[in-house]
Amino acid sequence: MTPRVVFPNRVLPYLLVAPQLAITLVFFYWPAGQALYQSMLKEDPFGLRSKFVWFANFEKVLSDPAYMNSIKVTTVFSLATAIVAMSVALLLAVMADKVVRGKGIYRTLMIWPYAVAPAIAGMLFLFMFNPSIGTLAVLLRKAGFAWDPLLNGTDAMMLVVTAAAWKQISYNFLFFVAGLQAIPKTLIEAAAIDGAGETKRFWTIIFPLLAPTTFFLLVINTTYAFFDTFGIIHAVTGGGPGKSTETLVYKVYNDGFVNLILGDSAAQSVILMVIVIALTAVQFRYVEKKVHYG
Amino acid sequence: MKFHGFAAGVAATLTLFSTTSAFAVTEISWWHAMTGANAEVVDKISKDFNASQSDYEIVPVFKGTYPEALNAGIAAFRAGQSPDILQVFDVGTGVMMAAEGAIKPVAEVLEGAGLKFDKSQYLPGIVAYYSKPDGTMLSFPYNSSSPILYYNKDIFKKAGLDVDNPPKTWNEVWDAAKKIKSSGAAACGYTSTWLTWIHLENFAAWNDVSYGTNENGLAGGEVELKINAPIFVNHFQAIADLAKDGTFKYGGRTSEAKQIFLAGECGIFTESSGGLGDIVKSGMNYGIGQLPYDTDAKGPQNTIPGGASLWVMAGKTDEQYKGVAAFFDYLSKTEVQEYLHQKSGYLPVTLAAYEATKKSGFYDENPGRETPILQMMGKAPTANSKGVRLANLPQVRDIENEEFEKMLAGQQTAQQALDNAVKRGDAAIKDAMGN
Repeated sequence: MTPRVVFPNRVLPYLLVAPQLAITLVFFYWPAGQALYQSMLKEDPFGLRSKFVWFANFEKVLSDPAYMNSIKVTTVFSLATAIVAMSVALLLAVMADKVVRGKGIYRTLMIWPYAVAPAIAGMLFLFMFNPSIGTLAVLLRKAGFAWDPLLNGTDAMMLVVTAAAWKQISYNFLFFVAGLQAIPKTLIEAAAIDGAGETKRFWTIIFPLLAPTTFFLLVINTTYAFFDTFGIIHAVTGGGPGKSTETLVYKVYNDGFVNLILGDSAAQSVILMVIVIALTAVQFRYVEKKVHYG
Repeated sequence: MKFHGFAAGVAATLTLFSTTSAFAVTEISWWHAMTGANAEVVDKISKDFNASQSDYEIVPVFKGTYPEALNAGIAAFRAGQSPDILQVFDVGTGVMMAAEGAIKPVAEVLEGAGLKFDKSQYLPGIVAYYSKPDGTMLSFPYNSSSPILYYNKDIFKKAGLDVDNPPKTWNEVWDAAKKIKSSGAAACGYTSTWLTWIHLENFAAWNDVSYGTNENGLAGGEVELKINAPIFVNHFQAIADLAKDGTFKYGGRTSEAKQIFLAGECGIFTESSGGLGDIVKSGMNYGIGQLPYDTDAKGPQNTIPGGASLWVMAGKTDEQYKGVAAFFDYLSKTEVQEYLHQKSGYLPVTLAAYEATKKSGFYDENPGRETPILQMMGKAPTANSKGVRLANLPQVRDIENEEFEKMLAGQQTAQQALDNAVKRGDAAIKDAMGN
């Protein structure tokens, strides 16, 4: 237990937290409240006629098969992105940890993709995998794959997952490298002396000790896949073909800003907010308990 | 000159916050979505108008893509800060029309300023599209285009097709496409941009068949889609069949297919007349033909315009409306329309500008440029060919595209795709009208 700081003045502590509270109120509670209010309105785009409909928008959204599809798409997309991004990053981090010469250069190069904006990452992959002009698409087709992300939903999903994961690998890599450095060399050496092979050492010592990092990254990656991948999907597939890459966030945008159905869109963002709060709470309550903080 | 540019910059910023001007002239803000060469046209027209008189100043502001500009306009209206003039793309027309309290019909704006609006001076197909059922013109047609057929002459030669006679009917297109594919002249025979705009909305108008009830929405908002009629089903089944072996190649929902045609992958291509610039630039040996028609119908009627029009927002001062009217009057001038048409590739909106361009010999040098105008002017529009107007056309197009993609991927037949599109589309329209 850390010692509690006690302020002699009763007002001062409130004054000190006031700026933070003000920011949270203005940038979180206010818009969230607006979204909640909007989600119970049925309104034309210009706001000329509006009707308070209680939970009708939620009922409509939740009974819409397209919304159920979107939940499924989001689950597949988020899981795939998080798994790919984290496992590749871990592999690279373990490899980079072993490099003796030029460690700095390797690491620096690995971090670069993180600086690329999502929409630009999306465009890069769009060009590489464009069925007509993409270099990698040509290679894929030569290798016998009927590559067509424009019409094949699975191909399109693979494309957005690859682009989204690629961008996140650098970030994960950075944390895994730091996590690896924090593991005492003596533990690994002791295990080596006891005759544990490289694979065994990784799974019994390194991986468990990396758990806090892995857990942290799991939370970050899920949130990333949920919210920060809009740019990629917007640039690469626009939610298509059909609705096979329409994630929840993309649907909020599409229904609200393209189709101008504000009530549905607001209801969806409220649901999304609830999902993310629940997801994070579950992760912290249950998953975190299993994590061993060295 | 320098000061002028600075003043315009300041004015652009100021108009966002205040509608009353600190300058002696009345400022008219114009939010648009034009890029590249078309943005230069906007700037030049504005500058020339400002130089032509001293009472008003047009301040053009670029607001992003078409949907972004529409959203910016809507958000600004909700915040009580709408621009004077807002450029809205064709599919947003229904959205704007449904918002009666947010806009002021162009006809009223012009009459209020003492200007007479003579409808007979304008291209009938375009005016009909932007008018109310009773004939009141609601928005000012700024940039209009029409879908036409392009073909690659080199590929036609290789396939042994007649280079000077592009296919005129859809059956001829399918045959030519098969020949291109089977002769190995190109990897694919035919591709198209905007399946919804070209193969549904324009297909219906051009063949004089109904897209939806209530004159496709022009006579009233309650519309039931008719796009699962046999003529549509047969048309799309033909496309789906061609897609199986790659004779038809799908590019995407909007204009992505242009890249496929420009890359020389396909021999035949249907696209907006506004896409001509890129094809000319590519240096391809291309030819232009009319939009093909369906032999099951009575023959070509008229096409409907794409592009965008200028809407006047409600709640402005009389002085501002007078300025807007003066600007629209200026825009209608023959030399301005001629410039706009020849520079941007969009259609002239007045007959006089069309005649003048014709006289200048422009079409002799650029033969394809006249095709879209002839298509639109050919016949007086019928109940089926004035256009398509739905309160939620963007959403309906989305639904149609989704069903087409499933059809082209072989998951459903054309009949199923169009039945689903009608079912989902009707429900969405009903919902949008239920506000």
